Amino acid sequence: MAIDTVGALPDENGKQRLIVLEHAGKIDPEDIEAYMAVGGYATCSDVLQSMTPAEVIEQIRNSGLRGRGGAGYPVGLKWSTVAKAHGSQKYIVCNGDEGDPGAFMDRSIMEADPHRVLEGMMIAAYAVGASRGYLYVRAEYPLAIKRLKHAIKQAEKHGLLGINISGTPFSLSLQVRLGAGAFVCGEETALLASIEGRRGQPRPRPPYPAESGLWGCPTLINNVETYANIVPILREGAEWFASIGTERSKGTKVFALSGRIARTGMIEVPMGTTLREIIYDIGGGIPDGRTFKAVQTGGPSGGCIPAAHIDTPVDYESLKQVGSMMGSGGMIVMDDSSCMVDVAKYFLEFCMTESCGKCVPCRVGTAQMYGLLEKISEGRASLDDLALLEDLCDMVANTSLCGLGQAAPNPVISTLRYFRDEYMAHIVDKTCPAHVCPVSRKEAVR
Amino acid sequence: MTRVVTLKIDDIDATGREDETVLEVALEHGIQIPRLCALEGLTPVGACRLCLVEIEGTGRLLPACTTRVAEGMVVKTNSERLRKYRRMTIEMLFAEGNHVCSVCVVNGRCELQDLAVRLGVDHIRIPYLYPKRAVDASHERFALDPNRCVLCTRCVRVCGEIEGAHTWDLMSRGIDSAVITDLHTPWGESDTCTTCGKCVQVCPTGALFEKGMAVGEMTKRASFLATLAASREDGR
Amino acid sequence: MTRTKIATVWLDGCSGCHMSFLDIDGALLDLADRIDLVYSPLVDRKDFPDSVDITLVEGAVSSEDDLAKIRKVRAHTRTLVAFGDCAVTGNVPALRNSVGAESVLRRVYLEPDLHAPQVPNLVVPALLNVVKPVHAVVPVDVFIPGCPPSAKTILYALTELLDGRMPDLSNRTRFGA
Ligand SMILES: Cc1cc2nc3c(=O)[nH]c(=O)nc-3n(C[C@H](O)[C@H](O)[C@H](O)COP(=O)(O)O)c2cc1C
Ligand code: SF4
Ligand code: FES
Repeated sequence: MAIDTVGALPDENGKQRLIVLEHAGKIDPEDIEAYMAVGGYATCSDVLQSMTPAEVIEQIRNSGLRGRGGAGYPVGLKWSTVAKAHGSQKYIVCNGDEGDPGAFMDRSIMEADPHRVLEGMMIAAYAVGASRGYLYVRAEYPLAIKRLKHAIKQAEKHGLLGINISGTPFSLSLQVRLGAGAFVCGEETALLASIEGRRGQPRPRPPYPAESGLWGCPTLINNVETYANIVPILREGAEWFASIGTERSKGTKVFALSGRIARTGMIEVPMGTTLREIIYDIGGGIPDGRTFKAVQTGGPSGGCIPAAHIDTPVDYESLKQVGSMMGSGGMIVMDDSSCMVDVAKYFLEFCMTESCGKCVPCRVGTAQMYGLLEKISEGRASLDDLALLEDLCDMVANTSLCGLGQAAPNPVISTLRYFRDEYMAHIVDKTCPAHVCPVSRKEAVR
Repeated sequence: MTRVVTLKIDDIDATGREDETVLEVALEHGIQIPRLCALEGLTPVGACRLCLVEIEGTGRLLPACTTRVAEGMVVKTNSERLRKYRRMTIEMLFAEGNHVCSVCVVNGRCELQDLAVRLGVDHIRIPYLYPKRAVDASHERFALDPNRCVLCTRCVRVCGEIEGAHTWDLMSRGIDSAVITDLHTPWGESDTCTTCGKCVQVCPTGALFEKGMAVGEMTKRASFLATLAASREDGR
Repeated sequence: MTRTKIATVWLDGCSGCHMSFLDIDGALLDLADRIDLVYSPLVDRKDFPDSVDITLVEGAVSSEDDLAKIRKVRAHTRTLVAFGDCAVTGNVPALRNSVGAESVLRRVYLEPDLHAPQVPNLVVPALLNVVKPVHAVVPVDVFIPGCPPSAKTILYALTELLDGRMPDLSNRTRFGA
């Protein structure tokens, strides 16, 4: 058996709720029989036999499920758009690019329970009328790729994929496509360009993929975790799912806990769980007698949330309100040894090097912002530089073509919002309070 | 059947076909919107972001060159906020390359230079990056000076879409992005280039130029494109 | 009527902007009634005066000497004008920025087959590694792009400044004009 997969962290305080990860680490992901033994593919069969596509979409809509890949777009709404779009050929795509540094939720799901993802995609394809699909997975995930390919083969053998599945008119073929590791290829239009064999660059939306996606055909694209939520919703019912979570964010969310925290790893919690519960009750708090300073959610383009907001519930709206976002589920904890200028610089460097270079604000703006942050961290910056940095944040966020550029300033904006005094210390007093930046080394020499 | 729609652009009542872009309809009504990557006859890509406009009810800025008109749309093309962003975009382009107008073949006939004047950019506030970029003068008739390239990708598109040669493409990403010929081999050695010169004519700056031209001597003629595009459409 | 105190300086430039200034010809005589040219490469005065109303700066900041000069000029000038493309953008002097000062010096002084090749280091000021436009070093109040700005543009800008107005130069000049 090959259960060398990661499950969720232990749950001593009963704060977790495993829905997406219910089988992770418990069944052999390379054996379709093991998946079927825990009820796998029964939901899909039921759906094909007894539900119309419209009924499936209705269930998903009523469940309140929102996309887990970043933007939190209502899944039912997206499905019905694709279902309604004109076109004899439709496609379905699973986004398994997961390019955020420190994120490994989708990877774990694909490795631990690949059939769960496939089954979710089958139901989705049936609902929107797609007959061909792709799973786009980064090449850095060889185990996930191997297991998905293996799972597809097994499903084909069992007649779960192919022509006239379970004797119904429904047909579906799925293929795995490898991404070469560019973060921007997780952006849906760049991802589709990459599948088509073109340079992985985003294009302006509208038209959205739902209307014009792969080779101009209506295309449904959802995230790995989004698909992994489909089976339980249809198995247990939309009302059950909608009873978990908050008013506008339903169900659970998988997070990858990392950074200055006693226990790092994967967790799955109901939406609305507070950051405090996650960091202290599940993560075991801050080690080495240090104090909690901030937590970065939403990946490199998310925001830093300071200790003052540690009781913020994790749901799409609350995170946005405090200047961050849900993103795909990365959660990096920082203690008082972190310098927030340095943190902002780190994330901005990531966005700068991952910018595809297509549009001016992101291509040039991120490089300019990075240069200014470098200047600040080296103690060479003036207040004029800070003003220019803030101007650039505003301009890049509002004029960039895709989400990468639009969100790239977030770490700067959020650290400026909560830790402006640290910027001032670097600029005016020429010191780094956490003794991280080069300016403080100069200080030591002096 | 394409419908005709009515909309408001800068308080002017405008009409357009629903398959037209905001930019096309604005131009038909005598409203100029600053632009650099868009060129009539080539597929718009929405890359330079100069043509961004405000559309009521969308909450975000959209490129006029790729956004289709719709019934009842209310468009603002020239707010103070848009002018500010456009100035910054121009500054970014000047800071990104090595644009030395005084020694350029298209000095006085450059779209970037014109835009700077039009948008009131009289100096560049953001730091110049001074990249090191090598000139490719290996082609017998033309040359590429990437120091003047603004990455509008007009050359890439005209070569692929109109000439069908696909000699030009992009390489690298982010601030290192560059246009290249074939697989980054010298232009003069290209076995796909037909020496048609379309790329040179559509280039908005002096990045692509004809050899043997001195400062300010070259005029670009991109008008062939619209004619070609129109006759192709007729032929269809 | 008190005359407006005007100074002109040149840093790393070709003096073309000063030539263009002289090209305003007859109007120079009218100007002469309103201004007092207190400092300029064109007049014989060693030190920059304590208090100048308007200073036109030609050229980019290329050497240690330029740097010291422009800081002093700024400290003693009310309205500082970046005069011409070298001052406004760095222009031709800044062409060397993508390779750096050292490689320029090496190419000019060491690589040619000279009798006793050496980089001059006495009397001539040291080059800055990066040539900068004036506003990257000190605050600038007015920008007059052009290589050089035309005599008409210069006259217009100066007249406006003398009349106490900010000149609007859009559509009168441009980079490389
Ligand atoms: C720069 C960038 C990177 C992205 N990377 C990913 C990714 O790795 N995985 C993912 O599922 N979505 C990613 N997205 C979001 C996708 O564009 C898209 O919204 C998502 O796949 C839709 O699925 P969902 O509705 O199920 O969330 C990214 C977006 C941007 C702008
Ligand atoms: S925002 Fe950045 S990543 Fe997105 S299209 Fe523009 S340059 Fe590319
Ligand atoms: S002209 Fe529309 S984005 Fe460049």
